[in-house]
Amino acid sequence: MSILEVKDLTVTFPGGVQAVRGVSYEVERGEVLGIVGESGSGKSVTSLAIMGLLQQNSVVSGSVKLHGQELIGMKEDELVKVRGKSISMIFQDPLSAFTPVYTIGDQIAEAVRIHQKVNKDKAAKRAVELLDLVGIPHPDVRAKAFPHEFSGGMRQRAMIAMAIANDPDLLICDEPTTALDVTIQAQVLEVLKTAQQETGAGIVMITHDLGVIAGMADRVLVMYAGKPVEQGSVDDIYYRPRMPYTMGLLASIPRIDGEEGALVPIEGNPPSPASLPPGCPFAPRCPMKVDMCDEQEPPLVPSGAGRHVACIRAQEIEHKGLTGADVFPVPVIPPSDVVRVPRAERPTVLELDSMIRHYPLMKGAVFKRRVGTVHAVDGISFDIAEGETLALVGESGCGKTTTLQQIMQLAPPQGGRVVVLGKDSSTMDAATRKALRKDLQIVFQDPMAALDPRMPVGDIIAEPLRAHGRKDVEARVAELLELVGLAPEYAERYPQQFSGGQRQRIGIARALALEPKLIVLDEPVSALDVSIQAGVINLLEELKNTLGLSYLFVAHDLAVVRHLADRVAVMYLGKIAEIGTVQSVYDHPAHPYTQALLSAIPLPDPELERNRKRILLEGDLPSPADPPSGCRFRTRCPKFARLSADEQRRCVDEEPSIARLASAVDHGAACHYAEEVEVITASDDQEEK
Amino acid sequence: MGKYLLRRLAINVILVVIASSLAYMLAATTMNPRAAYQGRQPPVPEAVIDKTLDAYNLNDKTPVLQRYATWATGVVTGDFGKTWNGASVNDELGRRMFVSLRLLILGTLLGFAIGVALGAYSAVKQYKFGDRLIGVGSFVLMAIPVFVLATLLAIATYNLNRGLGFTLIEYTGEYNPKLSGFDQFLNRLNHLILPTISLSIGGSGAAFYSRIQRNMMLDVLGQDFVRTAMAKGLRRRTALMKHALRTALIPSATYFAFSVGTVFTGAIFTEKIYNWHGMGAWLVDSINANDVNSVAAVTAFTAVCILFASLLSDLLVAALDPRVRVS
Repeated sequence: MSILEVKDLTVTFPGGVQAVRGVSYEVERGEVLGIVGESGSGKSVTSLAIMGLLQQNSVVSGSVKLHGQELIGMKEDELVKVRGKSISMIFQDPLSAFTPVYTIGDQIAEAVRIHQKVNKDKAAKRAVELLDLVGIPHPDVRAKAFPHEFSGGMRQRAMIAMAIANDPDLLICDEPTTALDVTIQAQVLEVLKTAQQETGAGIVMITHDLGVIAGMADRVLVMYAGKPVEQGSVDDIYYRPRMPYTMGLLASIPRIDGEEGALVPIEGNPPSPASLPPGCPFAPRCPMKVDMCDEQEPPLVPSGAGRHVACIRAQEIEHKGLTGADVFPVPVIPPSDVVRVPRAERPTVLELDSMIRHYPLMKGAVFKRRVGTVHAVDGISFDIAEGETLALVGESGCGKTTTLQQIMQLAPPQGGRVVVLGKDSSTMDAATRKALRKDLQIVFQDPMAALDPRMPVGDIIAEPLRAHGRKDVEARVAELLELVGLAPEYAERYPQQFSGGQRQRIGIARALALEPKLIVLDEPVSALDVSIQAGVINLLEELKNTLGLSYLFVAHDLAVVRHLADRVAVMYLGKIAEIGTVQSVYDHPAHPYTQALLSAIPLPDPELERNRKRILLEGDLPSPADPPSGCRFRTRCPKFARLSADEQRRCVDEEPSIARLASAVDHGAACHYAEEVEVITASDDQEEK
Repeated sequence: MGKYLLRRLAINVILVVIASSLAYMLAATTMNPRAAYQGRQPPVPEAVIDKTLDAYNLNDKTPVLQRYATWATGVVTGDFGKTWNGASVNDELGRRMFVSLRLLILGTLLGFAIGVALGAYSAVKQYKFGDRLIGVGSFVLMAIPVFVLATLLAIATYNLNRGLGFTLIEYTGEYNPKLSGFDQFLNRLNHLILPTISLSIGGSGAAFYSRIQRNMMLDVLGQDFVRTAMAKGLRRRTALMKHALRTALIPSATYFAFSVGTVFTGAIFTEKIYNWHGMGAWLVDSINANDVNSVAAVTAFTAVCILFASLLSDLLVAALDPRVRVS
């Protein structure tokens, strides 16, 4: 019998906006149901409605049955006995999900004491046991720590511990790993699997990441505009999707094992729940749309064993065996002229030579004193040739952003050299610096925050032109808007009238205004949904090729990097661990950190995910204020653990520098015992742990 | 932590010294205690006036820096000098301080407690009738200056008493000196009713705190951790009290600490209107009387109170918020 049965669940917010429009699903014991969808598809609202945690003024109708007991309309007195006992929830952002003023141990013990009649000491002991179960080292000490003293991954582990405190029958995980780095994400997903084994609970896993779902879920529900559009077993959904939206979603994901070249975007934007199109809500973006699609919204109907599809052309898709690549037009990106010249003969646009950026670590409020140094960037070197994209990747705290800021400042670095377009930043005068800013532009991560909400888009784009005294401003603004795929009339509108993807295009247009030679891209697509992200990545690629630009691309998403970058530099704690062409680094990573990083990324491919062996890293990133001696990665290095004591000594005493690997022209790794290993494909020669 | 607080204290002591010295200089250079003796009938000989003023360290013929040195030496040894007519400033200070404390402590505490409760309530009931009523009420109260509010309350009580034919609520003075023992205690409480109401509901009491607390609470209500607390199985009410209110109290505590610091000197109007002889009334009286040493003493005392208030706010915030505790 199923634990949870949801039938025709609808949620209406005040003002008559229907965020969820009829969701039905069932979850069995021990089963993992994945719910995927882009932002605004109603996936999180659905789960909050099940828990009864929505704002009090929203109207929920339909039926939610837990073990046959109806939850909708239940009195609070009854509902509190279910919440946290039979159903637990794990939230997205573990920092804000813990009350900042109580210790982690107390908050877990509170969850125990709400539902179990035990005294304080026993509950505290149980909290320590639970923390131990989710793999928190020294749980007895850490239980007395406050949430801000935990790292992101640790907090999410504690959150899982709290969720399983009362042995729930159902766990709802709402984007449990979205806020985490990939290596930490891999750890947390492992913990989640342990927790499931421990409790035998059913799991509802809500995420936008199709890779995470592929590895975790048994069945998948795809949501669009508040409604499920396709439901079925994970293999069916991934290998035989029958709804064009699912097909497009799968085709638009950049993959670390994928080919280079254009991604397949889904045109347009998801509809706003306040103004849905008539008929099928996906029709305006669907390449397979026929007239009938606008007449009536297709219901979710059974289509073969255990699967449901809401598309009138589902059978046709099945018969013809269509895939996303067949249905959605693959954009053609013109090739670049610059790359025909060998790299060595092209001019260098940016060169960093053992650049250092340290921050003083201060303490005290009135008499500040220096208690240490944060080694944010500790001597990194790379160069970018004309027409090339170099990606700087690494987890949060590795020094990517600091590097970028140092370059953008055009100021003398604390150590080493920064040479932009042949000009050394330490010998530059103010006039040269201003002139150089024309050639060096930036696109920011958050398109919401990067545009002044009180300025029309035209003025935003015109600002750099006016600052540098250009005359033909209006014509240029229109030209730029067209260049990034927006209509010139949009110049009159304000940023809040645009979607995230469009805003990022405006940000790109502003960066292009002065015809720069080098653009710094700071996580340009990480705030966007996958279907939108693909379009922006293609745009960046196209602009680079047609305008002869060079990019310094900072990202944490290695799959996006694979599609956009020519070369990649992997950073760890302020140092470059590995650098080389994308092909060599991804296919034959030589540094143990790169290997772990690549192996931690989930693939949107259930078959591969099931057979993949991950290299799990232990613990968190050490503090950059106190980096380990010798090789900075040795404290977490799986290879270091396998070395003999003699070999280990070298890692402890001697800091490795980047050594070129013999097998490739452009590939170097900073490891004393570098050894190329394939980690992405599911071949048998994978490294065993 | 202790070391950190000590350092904060040392800096604040320097500030207190500067503030008191400047206040003394200002009072000593602008006030004219001689006037009190000059206008007398029969006229007092100038030599006698000089001698008297010299004895009280108030003679404007002595250079101001020299008078300051004498005053400062006295203050360091704990002597604030003499009033214009030769009484001890210390005695007056010791007496008036406690009058103010008795007057204000209850009103301040009540104002904070009521304000926080109302603020939290209106945040939870945002845009409902209760919230709007509290909102309008507190803005009306904040718009009424304290001297108008206090006077209105006094007039209303006077009419009430007259209508009843006997004195139900006292509206002037601190106590009736004719009574003794428990009767006098009750009488003191009765005298406290009006000033306490005026202090606790006004613009520096509940009305003010309710607005602050409402905003803080609203910030916290939307936070994920309140939802987490409910997802654990806590009732909405418990989650709001234990998780939301507890976190939202931190910023209000800072305001509260500073208002406790001004407990001794903060109620000039209330004291004058209800005829309590506290510190605030003393400040006004001594300015009128050209009483340099009393003005300097009140100012120095206020500075010390602010010093302790800032210390108290540090301690309160550290106690409430683990994130700011300095290891």
